Amino acid sequence: MSLSYKIRHLEQLESEAIFVLRETAAQFERPVILFSGGKDSIVVARLAQKAFWPARPPMPFMHVDTGHNFPETIEFRDRFIADIGGKLIVASVQDSIDQGRAVEETGPNASRNALQTVTLLDAIEEHRFDGAVGGARRDEEKARAKERFFSHRDEFGQWDPKNQRPELWNLFNARKSQGEHFRVFPLSNWTEMDVWQYILREEIAIPSIYFSHEREVIERDGVLLDNNDFITLADGEVPQKRIVRFRTVGDATCTGAVESEADSLEKIIEEVASARQTERGGRADDKRSESAMEDRKKEGYF
Amino acid sequence: MSTDEGYLDMDLLRFTTAGSVDDGKSTLIGRLMFDTKTIFEDQLEAIEKSSQQRGDANVNLALLTDGLRAEREQGITIDVAYRYFATPKRKFIIADTPGHIQYTRNMVTGASTANLAIILIDARKGVIEQTCRHAFIASLLRIEHVVLCINKMDLVDYSEERYEEIVKQFSEFASRLDIKEMTFIPISALHGDNVVNRSENMPWYGGSPLLYHLETVYIGSDANHVDPRFPVQWVIRPHSEKYHDYRGYGGRIAGGVFKPGDEVTVLPSGFSSKIRSIDRFEEEVDEAFSPMSVAVRLEDEIDISRGDMIVKPNNQPTVSQDIDAMVCWFSSDRTLQARGKYIIRHTTKTAKAMVKSIQYKVDINTLHKIETDLNIGMNDIARIQLRTSEPLFFDSYRKNRFTGSFVLIDEFTNKTVAAGMIR
Repeated sequence: MSLSYKIRHLEQLESEAIFVLRETAAQFERPVILFSGGKDSIVVARLAQKAFWPARPPMPFMHVDTGHNFPETIEFRDRFIADIGGKLIVASVQDSIDQGRAVEETGPNASRNALQTVTLLDAIEEHRFDGAVGGARRDEEKARAKERFFSHRDEFGQWDPKNQRPELWNLFNARKSQGEHFRVFPLSNWTEMDVWQYILREEIAIPSIYFSHEREVIERDGVLLDNNDFITLADGEVPQKRIVRFRTVGDATCTGAVESEADSLEKIIEEVASARQTERGGRADDKRSESAMEDRKKEGYF
Repeated sequence: MSTDEGYLDMDLLRFTTAGSVDDGKSTLIGRLMFDTKTIFEDQLEAIEKSSQQRGDANVNLALLTDGLRAEREQGITIDVAYRYFATPKRKFIIADTPGHIQYTRNMVTGASTANLAIILIDARKGVIEQTCRHAFIASLLRIEHVVLCINKMDLVDYSEERYEEIVKQFSEFASRLDIKEMTFIPISALHGDNVVNRSENMPWYGGSPLLYHLETVYIGSDANHVDPRFPVQWVIRPHSEKYHDYRGYGGRIAGGVFKPGDEVTVLPSGFSSKIRSIDRFEEEVDEAFSPMSVAVRLEDEIDISRGDMIVKPNNQPTVSQDIDAMVCWFSSDRTLQARGKYIIRHTTKTAKAMVKSIQYKVDINTLHKIETDLNIGMNDIARIQLRTSEPLFFDSYRKNRFTGSFVLIDEFTNKTVAAGMIR
């Protein structure tokens, strides 16, 4: 018998997230887990596997696919979901564009990041999902610091940050009217460091682009972008080979790489511990304005 | 910080900070994060830029916590914001709550999950109504550790006399409250005195700086490890060939300790069984206690569903449809209706509840009971009696935060309209 009943912080966070996932299964009729193949959604998927083990997670996984992917993450996505016995739905931004639901941005900084909102909301409506679980964390960004675990969205998919339901103890309220839905964030209280420590402790596989590798990049506004088919070079931009890795996985046109030699989880953790930039520091989508994230979230972004 | 056991072995302290922008609350949080190197370059760059645009003389650390556009425009904090930082000793979660009178509900929300509360006092103003309100809420929500930070000591010449005066003022008020541990610290959040480092300006202060206190305060006895309570959240039935007969009850332990082999009673059926195993994913554990999420398997096949509770035969909660509670009212559109019907959510159970009577309202500045005006509006705190449509299994909030708390939901608007603490 232990002398003191104490659990360490990672176990507390894990227990909290599992509790949230089980509440999601219990309180929603048609929940779904949003899965991008990024490290946070991988951790959510792992926690879902634990929460319902030995049963399969009682909700499908959905990838909102911008079509601008790092090939490594798509390959990883399919393998990972198959391994945990999950069902994968792919909602495609290209389809939304083809159907005239969304209009592609133009210019050298064009990105499909914002268009994902259209595709996501359409997919939620099409599949009649009422609870969409995401891997967003409160420490990522200042607007996200105000999020609830169960976050209400009106019939237009909008978030009203000034008028949120109070969330006390571990009592969640998922009641809603027809056409409304919720976003659910089991990792709300996790930090970037916690996510990495958990991946290490659980020995969870992650896409190779998180580890240091040689890649052809272009430097734009101080951010290193992957030189791929989706990006338009501006005058004077010359692609160069650098040793880099990615700290987040998003749309391949706006996710910045960092120069790094970290080729193992241990080295990544050391790098995170001594980092002087937040992980979203390399995200061109957040730099558009001071409240870029709040504005996108109000519209229905992740 | 590295990958060694040091990091993995850390524990977690959740605290809440109450106070308004004028008290220097955001400056204090900014200072804690800045001095523990939690603020990143790009964040600092962003707030430097907006400070300049706003014409602030110094880098306005408050901009770090006030994230919404409306908050920046109005210079106020609207909602509970959660902040995270770590030292080599502990991880911290801050529930940063605004202190204006209309935001009692945010303070209650932030306090509901906190181990510790920091209450800020402006050294020039001393104990004001707002201080009393914050202390009352900390005591009502049973936060065991309260830290009074007497801020802006630089503006009263770091005077020991002024500090002692405020300590005396507050202690007199707090003697009417139920707070287990109170700590007073004289600080200047703006200049960093006694926040992370000991102040050279106040050699007369013999206590620890704030951060040291946060790192070392003992919270091991805060959770209930005496009265075993396991509210069933989700029944796990794999329907697969390999686990054909598996039937596990998923949930989070709300109190006490459970071990394989323990005799248990299931509420409301009253059936008894023994714990066959306690599963955490692929491993079986020897014991489980609050706040662990586990799956419990029993020796016997009993009909158990979400909302039921597994307890020990010799230590059972109150089973009743009548509830006596303190509630904090959250709704701005509607007042609490005597005879009104609401949805009650308690542990993993949902039922209907009717307000049988409203006994009194509390004046949260003076602690007086008001029996003449029973109109309960937003941010009011009242003692009420409820009758539920089916029995709930509960303890007093004093004994157990998880089995002693509930929320009321308006069945027409679906909004969470009240938080309740069972007496």
